[in-house]
Formats: sequence, C-alpha cells, structure tokens
Amino acid sequence: MIDPTALTAERALDALAAGETSAAELVDAYLARVEDDRWGSFLAVDAARARETARTIDAMPEKPPLRGVPVAVKDVLSTADLETTAGSRILQGFRPVYTATCVARLEAAGAIVIGKTNMDEFAMGSSTENSGYQLTRNPWDAERVPGGSSGGSAAAVAACQAPWSLGTDTGGSIRQPAALCGIVGMKPTYGAVSRYGLIAFASSLDQVGPFARTVRDAARLLSFMVGRDPMDSTSLDWPEPVVLPTAERLDGVRVGIVEELMGEGVEPGVRAAVERSMAVVEELGGTVVPVSLPSSEHGLATYYLIAPAECSANLARFDGVRYGPRAHADNLLDQYEITRGGLFGPEVKRRIMLGTFALASGYYDAYYRRAQKVRTLIVNDFAEAFRGVDLIASPTSPTVAFPLGERTADPYSMYLADVCTIPVSLAGLPAISIPCGLSEGLPVGLQLAGPAFSENRLFDAAHALEQAIGFDPTPPGLGV
Amino acid sequence: MSHPGWEAVIGIEIHVQLQTRTKMFCGCELSFGDPPNTHTCPVCLAHPGALPVANAEAVRLGIVAGLALGCEIATESTFHRKNYFYPDLPKAYQISQYDEPLCVGGSFTYIEEDGERTVRITRVHLEEDAAKLLHLSSGGRRAGAEQSAVDFNRGGTPLAEIVTEPDLRSGQEASDFLKQLRATLRELGVSDCNMEEGSMRADANVSVRPAGSTELGTKTELKNINSFTFLRRGIDAEIARQIALIESGERVVQETLHFDPDTGELHPLRSKEEAHDYRYFPEPDLVPIAPDPAWVAELRAELPELPVARRRRYQRDLGLSYEDGEVLTETPELSAWFERTAALVEPKLAANWIRGDLRALLAERGEEPWQSNVTPEGLATLIAMVEAGEVSRPNAKVVLAAVVETGADPRAVVDEQGLGAMGDGDELRAAVERVVADNPKQAEQLRGGQDKLAGFFVGQVMKATQGRADPKAVGDLVREIVGGDER
Repeated sequence: MIDPTALTAERALDALAAGETSAAELVDAYLARVEDDRWGSFLAVDAARARETARTIDAMPEKPPLRGVPVAVKDVLSTADLETTAGSRILQGFRPVYTATCVARLEAAGAIVIGKTNMDEFAMGSSTENSGYQLTRNPWDAERVPGGSSGGSAAAVAACQAPWSLGTDTGGSIRQPAALCGIVGMKPTYGAVSRYGLIAFASSLDQVGPFARTVRDAARLLSFMVGRDPMDSTSLDWPEPVVLPTAERLDGVRVGIVEELMGEGVEPGVRAAVERSMAVVEELGGTVVPVSLPSSEHGLATYYLIAPAECSANLARFDGVRYGPRAHADNLLDQYEITRGGLFGPEVKRRIMLGTFALASGYYDAYYRRAQKVRTLIVNDFAEAFRGVDLIASPTSPTVAFPLGERTADPYSMYLADVCTIPVSLAGLPAISIPCGLSEGLPVGLQLAGPAFSENRLFDAAHALEQAIGFDPTPPGLGV
Repeated sequence: MSHPGWEAVIGIEIHVQLQTRTKMFCGCELSFGDPPNTHTCPVCLAHPGALPVANAEAVRLGIVAGLALGCEIATESTFHRKNYFYPDLPKAYQISQYDEPLCVGGSFTYIEEDGERTVRITRVHLEEDAAKLLHLSSGGRRAGAEQSAVDFNRGGTPLAEIVTEPDLRSGQEASDFLKQLRATLRELGVSDCNMEEGSMRADANVSVRPAGSTELGTKTELKNINSFTFLRRGIDAEIARQIALIESGERVVQETLHFDPDTGELHPLRSKEEAHDYRYFPEPDLVPIAPDPAWVAELRAELPELPVARRRRYQRDLGLSYEDGEVLTETPELSAWFERTAALVEPKLAANWIRGDLRALLAERGEEPWQSNVTPEGLATLIAMVEAGEVSRPNAKVVLAAVVETGADPRAVVDEQGLGAMGDGDELRAAVERVVADNPKQAEQLRGGQDKLAGFFVGQVMKATQGRADPKAVGDLVREIVGGDER
C-alpha cells in the first residue's frame, strides 16, 4: 500500500514510470485520505470519476506526462459536471457546463482531479473561515486556521490528501496559506495562466497557481498551465519554457529584503526565521541588501479599493436568474435582494458595498481613480528596486497560523494577514512562498518575488534555499 | 413645421448592429428569429468564470464607420463596464466604451432639397446589446404580465453607437440625416440598419432656444425610435411641446420621453429608470484596442464612393432629381443596378423607370430590382424600344410585367405576344376609320367642337389594337379622319 505522506508528485511520477504503482492505486491511496477529511479540506469529491480516469490512464500504452497523478482543485475553478461553488451558498448545487482552461490543460496532461477544495467565499478572506460551508483546519494545529482564501488546497497538500493542488491568488491567497501550512505556493506573473473558468473576484489581480510540497513539484505543475489562451484576452504567451529547478547555489544572486515588511507588526519568530534564511542566502553565495518599497504602506488601502470595486461588478451576475438557488418573490427587485441578501456571506457583502461605493458617481475620483494611481506608484517601486536586486524577499505572512475565530470579528485584523503579499499582487509580479522554519512550532513562510516572467529564476532560488534549509513539510503526527 | 422666432437644437445617438458573423465577445452566431436560447454559451450567459474576448471583425467595422465619418481613430481605446441589474443583462454590466472611444471627432455631410448640411460627429464606440425579454400573460401585455422569460440569442450582439453634436434643426433634417447615414453604413457593410428588426435604433436629444441665441436650452431625450417617420414626428412634436411650455411661462424639465406614434403624444419614462449611477470603470477582462496605424490607413484607402457622394454625382452630373437621388442611393445594390442600367440608356429615363413602373410592379412581390428577374440590360432594352417607338408606353408596362414574372427578354415578349407598335401606317388608319365608322354620333360631336371626345376615340382605338398603337399617332389620325373641316 502506498503511503501518500511519504510522497511528492515527483516521487509518484517516478514510481509510476518505474511500474512500481498504478494510477488506480495512487488515486485510491489519496482518496482514502480525502474521504477521511479531518481537516475539512474538500467541498466536493467525485471518487468514481477519479477512479475511472485512473483506469483509463493505466490502460494507455503511451502515458500522458502526468501519468494519472491526482490534483486537488480550488472550488473557484470551473469543472464540468463537478459541483463548483466558489465556497458560496449562492452557487450551491451548481454544476458547470465547462472546465477552466488551466484545469483542462492539466487533465489533458494526465492529471486527475481528485476533488474541489474549500475556500473563503469567492476567495475573499485569509483564513477560509468565510467559506459558506465549513471550516478548514490547519494540519499543523487543528485549532488554527490554514490561511486563505485557498485554505482547502493548502491544507489538502499539507495533510497529504493530494500531492499538489491549485489555488488562486488575488492578494496573497496562495502564498499566505502556503506559509501557514508549511508548503510551497506560487503566484505566477499576471497573465501567465489563463483565467478562463476562474470565478472572478478581482479580475485585474486574480491568478491561478500551484501548491506543492517541493519547489520542483510547483514548477512542474505550473509548466503545464502557462501560455496564451484565446478565451482570455489578458493571458500572455510564455516567453520561455518553465524549467524544473536544479540550482544548489545562489552565486551572484542579489536578494533585496524589504525594510518596510520586517518591522512592526511582524512576529519576532517570523522575523527571526526570515533573517535566518537570509543568512542561508549568503552561505549559498548570494548577497542580501535592504530595499525599500516606499508606497507599499498604501498597498492594503489600494487593494481594498480596487479589489472590491472589481468584485462589486464581478459578483453582480449572481442574481438567481440563470443558475444557482433563486428566491421566489413577488417582483424582480425583491427576487434580487432576497437571493443575494440571503445567500452571500457577510464578508462578500461588505466588499460589494465597499466597491459599489468606491465606484459611485462623485466618489470615483477620490477612491477608485486614486487607488489606480497609487497602484502605479507601487509598480514603479518594484521597478526601481529591481534595478539593484534580482529578487525581493520578505515574510509571506507577518504571523504564523492564528487560532480559529481569532480575527473573524475584526475584518481589518484579517486584512493585515495579507500586508506582505498584496504589494506584489498589485504589481502583477510572480512570487513564491517557501517554508523557511518554525516559530512556536508552526511554519513560517518566506516570500520571494521577481520581475515579470522571472518564474524560472524564482524557482531556481527557491529550490536552492529549500534544499539548504531542509524543512520537512509533513506536520507532526500526520503520518499513518 | 416652422416656429418663427425659435430654433430647435437636436443631436442624435444611433445604435447600429454590426454585420458580423458572431457576437461581440463570444463565438456564438448572430441570428434573427431562431428559437430562443439556441445561440448561447458560457460567455454570453455570464456563467461563472467566463471571460469576454473582443470580436476583431466588430472592431474593423467600427473603424470603417469612423473613417467614413471622418473621425480620428484612437491609437488606444478601452472598454468600460456599465453596471446595472436587469434580467436581460446577464453579467449585470454592459461592456461598452466610455471616455476612450474607438473613434472621435468627425462629420457627416448629407443632402437636403435646398442644399447640403454638415453634422459634426462626436464619437463612435463599440458595445454589446442586451438580451430580449418576453413578458408572458394571457392578454399579451406587459402590464400585469405573470411571467417573464429571457431569450439570450440577441444578448451580446455587437453594436456601434454613433453620437452627433447638436447640429440638426428639425425633425425633417434628423430624418434626412439618418436616412443618408443609413445608406452609408449599409454601403460599407457596417450594418444592415434594419429598423424593423431593431438593427438600427435612434435616440434624439431635443432642446429649443430663441432664434439667434447661442445658449442651449434644457434638453429632453426621445428614446428608442425605430422609424424615420417616428423620428421626424417625435422630434417635431417635442419641439412644439417645448415652445408651447416656454411661451406659457413654464420650464422644460430634463427628462427621457417616449413618443407614442398612435396618439402623437410624448410620455415621460419612469424617473426610476433614469436615476441610475452606472459606476463605469475600465473593463479589466479586456486589453485596450490598439489598431495598427498602417492597417487603419489601409482601411481608409479602401473606402468606396459613399452614397452621399454618389447622390451628389447623380443630381449634378446625371441630371437626376432630389427624389431620384434619395431613392437610388438607398442601398448599394440599388445604386449598382441603376448605374448598370444608366450606362445603357439615358440616366434620367432609367431613374424614372426604376422609381416608377419597375418598383411598383416589384412592390407586389416584395422584391427589389437586384433581387428580381429583371436585369439592367433587359430594362434598358425595353426603354430603348419605347424611345424608338417600337413599343407603346402602355404596352411597355405589360412587357415589363411579363419580364418581372418570367425574366424573359423584353424583345421576345413583344414578338411572342404581338405587342409591337403599329406605327402610323395603313393598319392603324384602317383601325381608326373602323372605330369612327362605328361611332358616328360621337364623331359628329367631335367634329362639332367637343374636343374631349378625342380621348374617347383614342381609348376605343387603343382597345381595338390591344394597346399596340401609339396613343399620340392615334390622336392625330382621329383628328385627321373625323375633322374634315380644318381649323
């Protein structure tokens, strides 16, 4: 019997290639862990379909490159005939008629969708507590959050319910839960992965990316998703193939550590772990210099104008007319109000109202337009910083995983969880979070960001650091 | 309609459906009259996660329209979202253009009976149409409807919105301007501008001011006008209403009005529908339109002779009347058909025949000349035969009817049916003599000076000769034979 806790996707692929196991056996082993979902990672599982696909792949004389290795998919990505809710009651029971491009590309490469993972409703949140359905628990400490919004996908990989998974990142929704769950999470350059089939939260920020237990697995999963999609005008041609990283050294690599993100508000244990990893950078031959992103202090405010503004329009389509549950009312306005009022959660409503206000006539210039201008300043900050350094480092999250319920009553404290990841998102840049140590027995994430389309450089540096740091991504007590 | 001492100021917004194969932001085919919801996809139904992709052909047609209107084509233009909730708008926002439209700042010159007029064009922008709502109730009326259904076939249809400056001065001008603009857009293949099918709709902004004033009065908007007559009547009614209001000491209120063609009255649309804050913001799902300048130059160079220029040429060089010009430049097909005919016979004669007998005959069949059995060569042959006296004018009409029916060569029809003119020879003289002999009483009266009886004899002879005689020749012969006494 295969033990998924001892596996990475790469090891699973090697075992499949060597004939030591089959896709069917692999899927069964992971499904056993998915079905015993102590962490609340999954919202929907189609075991029969996963098993059937595995048998089909096992019967193929020529195996597709991913050979039937399972993948968990955040419930914000459309999967044909498999319930897709974006974590919201307003899409309860919704079975899409089409599959998101990124998922379809993985399936075409031989990956098997093992289930849909829990998330903050419409990807709005940093703890997955805003799910319309269930809590997800952190595999390192069941009383703590897994981070969010892709908390289910992060927990599933940390708990070895899948060797890798897909998340989406708007302001940190891949990197922050990766950090809190002690795994690798990568947000690609905006436009690298098609958004077709990604249920939009904030269109100008949303990106799909991988979670994995190793940097090489993350790179491999991403390599099958990137590239222009005619269904997404904002998707871009990938300038070079994604290469599996092999670097062991960082000779000549200049890493800038963001001064503004190492001060107040960052837990001492987090700061210490990040500082230790900067020492590792130097041991590997790299140099570490301080960099400043002076506009980044406005990142949170900027993000909480732009993202809600876009979401206020993006979520307007959920009106109960064409799909999802519909309230029965005497007139159209009541139908809209009862459907939307009753089925959206409080955080979603808060952001829709924020965004509607920010776009309102008479307020647009003061809020939305101004936020776009600050966004440009933040873009310029990064451009300026990248004149002197190759990569920019910071904590991924200012804290380790916090207790369930701790921040739900105070939205602003929840928003602060993304203070380190948001500036990178506003600039549309690629960034990776890797575990760099423990603080109070909980994982700490290191964020590395690079210029647009520097994913290969990021993977190389992250891989070298990962090897040198030697973090074990298996939470204690998780083993069989 | 004239109001001494007052001047009306009118601007028009025109929506035309672009003649593309597919919708504005997805690959669904455009259709009219197909069963409901048979041309839909995740994009035009606004399924979760679906994204728009701009239709390149719609962009091309928008640019062509802009070039024909003398606009500047923006080097970069953006789409915006216009937000409002309604079941015919599945995304709850319309993708349109706002402060960076595709084309800006042109003009359009059109022809009035007393000369040419120029209307400045503010902008041309692209957007998508809403779906169609069907309100179902036993009485079929919207009020009290028990259910509403949505047909998304039309949802996402590409539209160009053309906005003019307030340069028009009457309902007639607005109607003439719009007719000639329509001919231009049809000629370019931008739109079929079929008002009955809704592929062309107009809104008019109307205000009045004392003649000689340069200030603008308070304007009202007449929405969704779908015929030239209603446009003219609606605007004229609104001008009269505004002047009457002001003359009686009241104020014009800025509002949106609906013109009821049955009663000729204007009714305000509910103010609730006006109170929208559309919260426009740039559409993040689409990249800006940045057409290659070389391509735009190519499109400019490819512009054909446009209907107004052609009409100017018809009236100035071919001696056609204002009405001839109007009718014959309505569609590029009709213009081409006319020009092929006019190349073979005198253009004015061709125009008269096309506008007169030919269209009258074809109207019963619901055909236009270029769709009919008649060829320009056939019509020209017939006209030439009439001019040469080979067939009488009345019989030419009979011949034309046969050609319309069967597409036969007119000369063959004349031969087969024996419709050739008799000339003024012995055969005709014998026929006239016979009719005179048969009607001695009338002959006597004519001889006695009752000239109106000449018509009676001509009619009798034409009847007796099955129309083959030339009525003028008959008249001469009747006088010669009856009227022994020369006057």
